[in-house]
Amino acid sequence: MSEPRTPPRKSATFDDYTLAEIRRAAATGIYDIRGGGAKRRLPHFDDLVFLGASMSRYPLEGYREQCDTAVVLGTRFASQPIELKIPITIAGMSFGSLSSQAKEALGRGASAMGTSTTTGDGGMTPEERGHSDKLVYQVLPSRYGMNPDDLRRADAIEVVVGQGAKPGGGGMLLGQKINERVAQMRTLPEGIDQRSACRHPDWTGPDDLAIKIQELREITDWEKPIYIKIGAARPYYDTALSVKAGADVVVVDGMQGGTAATQDVFIEHVGIPTLAAVREAVRALQELDMHRKVQLVVSGGIRSGADVAKALAMGADAVSIGTAALVALGDNDPALEAEYQKLGTTAGAYDDWHEGNDPAGITTQRPELAARLDPVLGGRRLANYLSVMTMELQTLARANGKSNVLHLEPEDLAALTVEAAAMAGVPLAGTTWIPGGGE
Amino acid sequence: MTPDPSVAADFDLEHCTVRELNGALHQALSGGFRVLNPGGAHALACGLDAPLEVHIDGHAGYYCAGMNKSANVTVTGNAGTGCAENIMSGEVRVQGDVSQSLAATGHGGLVVVEGSASARAGISMKGVDIVVGGDVGHMSAFMAQAGRLLVLGQAGPDLGDSIYEAQLYVRGKVASLGADCEEKPMEAEHTAIVAELLERARLDADAASFRRYGSARKLYHFSVDNMDAY
Repeated sequence: MSEPRTPPRKSATFDDYTLAEIRRAAATGIYDIRGGGAKRRLPHFDDLVFLGASMSRYPLEGYREQCDTAVVLGTRFASQPIELKIPITIAGMSFGSLSSQAKEALGRGASAMGTSTTTGDGGMTPEERGHSDKLVYQVLPSRYGMNPDDLRRADAIEVVVGQGAKPGGGGMLLGQKINERVAQMRTLPEGIDQRSACRHPDWTGPDDLAIKIQELREITDWEKPIYIKIGAARPYYDTALSVKAGADVVVVDGMQGGTAATQDVFIEHVGIPTLAAVREAVRALQELDMHRKVQLVVSGGIRSGADVAKALAMGADAVSIGTAALVALGDNDPALEAEYQKLGTTAGAYDDWHEGNDPAGITTQRPELAARLDPVLGGRRLANYLSVMTMELQTLARANGKSNVLHLEPEDLAALTVEAAAMAGVPLAGTTWIPGGGE
Repeated sequence: MTPDPSVAADFDLEHCTVRELNGALHQALSGGFRVLNPGGAHALACGLDAPLEVHIDGHAGYYCAGMNKSANVTVTGNAGTGCAENIMSGEVRVQGDVSQSLAATGHGGLVVVEGSASARAGISMKGVDIVVGGDVGHMSAFMAQAGRLLVLGQAGPDLGDSIYEAQLYVRGKVASLGADCEEKPMEAEHTAIVAELLERARLDADAASFRRYGSARKLYHFSVDNMDAY
């Protein structure tokens, strides 16, 4: 009988993934670039529950009693605020990172549901404008394709200071996706690895931004709502400074929010979770007496009507979805597993969006792949998904006795973990305890 | 003041607002306009979209003539940050000096500064032609994508850092070149370009006395061998 041996034990610190990444770095000399948002486990809306109605609150009758979902964005200064039928918008994603078919599908789906879609770091395409009833035009540091005619054609303007996947980081679009049309729209040579700046070229801080916003308002005759989008870094201060700079709407994007292409180290290690950002942004608005006067849009890992309801209950006016919208169009569909395997990945994990080989035809500029996405069908799928989210949202609002989804409030929530209780500023379930000094 | 028959309207900013000025300029389809007592106000004559002649009699603040299309705008004094930012077409002329980010991201048209421009002149320029009679500050033509920048004086440190396909011409000393920017030979065709820009800018200099700079195109693709430049 052989002597008992110590069983092989792998390190928790140097786990298989970490070891493989060290080997890959040693072999290639290049850090990992990928799309999407933070993949690690984070405190999220799943860690909150609604309390529902009981003795002290009346529920509303499902399907019979009205539960309004409309929201108006841009009521502070703009003479033409945006009226949305549902508080779920489509986040900015560029033509370039996405195919024109995907952009069209997003426009079709959003328009069918009476909500807005957003351009991205590549300018506005006619397909996108044509199929989006309400289109938000992003003003980004790169100003690729920036054009005063498009500014005037837009329904709202979003000054992008940062995004949750990479607060403080610029854009990146690798050469595989810089085809002739993308290159022309961005005034760049075809096929080069394109870097977008991380800072705006003509303003550097909130004082300058206030003047920049004045210029954008003057150019558009004070008609369009102006959003400021920030990555969740210091949301309390950044929200307050956005209000000071003159925003009609503040968009706060948590670290689960996706990107077309960024260093993995940036995505996973910079910024804070969406859950932690919402409370801080709301607190800033409340202290300035601007809550519901300057609207708050929250994004980063929104997947279901439950996530929407919880974000609204914490004080948001609306949410934005990006990754979830792409999944609705067909991204990472297991039906394409054989093709994902050929790319060295698997359905549900595919994130090499920058390489332009997306078998679903969404994050690609290769015509034969892009042609796989039928924009009409894709738009229908997105509309279906938005409908489901909206009905889920209404279900939860009615369960809490609310005839308007914007009446959801923090008092309707409890947290399942100490972390979530501290971040969201709601009591740990079954207690009155709010850790971290929350109200 | 003697009325000028070529001027359709005067806007005295001591008696009207920037909003009233810009609102009127956005309505106009043609004609000449004079802006009196601008007092360094921001966003003067921005978003113009018609062949107007606008004469700003004094100093302008930030983003003067921003996103200009078709109009010709002249500032007799100095102009602040982001003058003629994202200009599409037309001409913007500043007779004094300008602050940072002159003609940032400009897509087309001509921007002339008879004095000097501060840092980041022509940053991310995308096709505009810029002519500066004096000097330009540090990081000018940073990430410049397309168009021409002509400097009759000197250029500050890190000229053309991370430049793409814009063409830079400088007559005086260049303090230093930025990453991936290099001097290129001045051929006859380039002298002709300089002469054409000088003529359009109505500035006088010997076209043969300029040196040319542009992208070395070594950073167009990520490579571990370029680590020092990242």
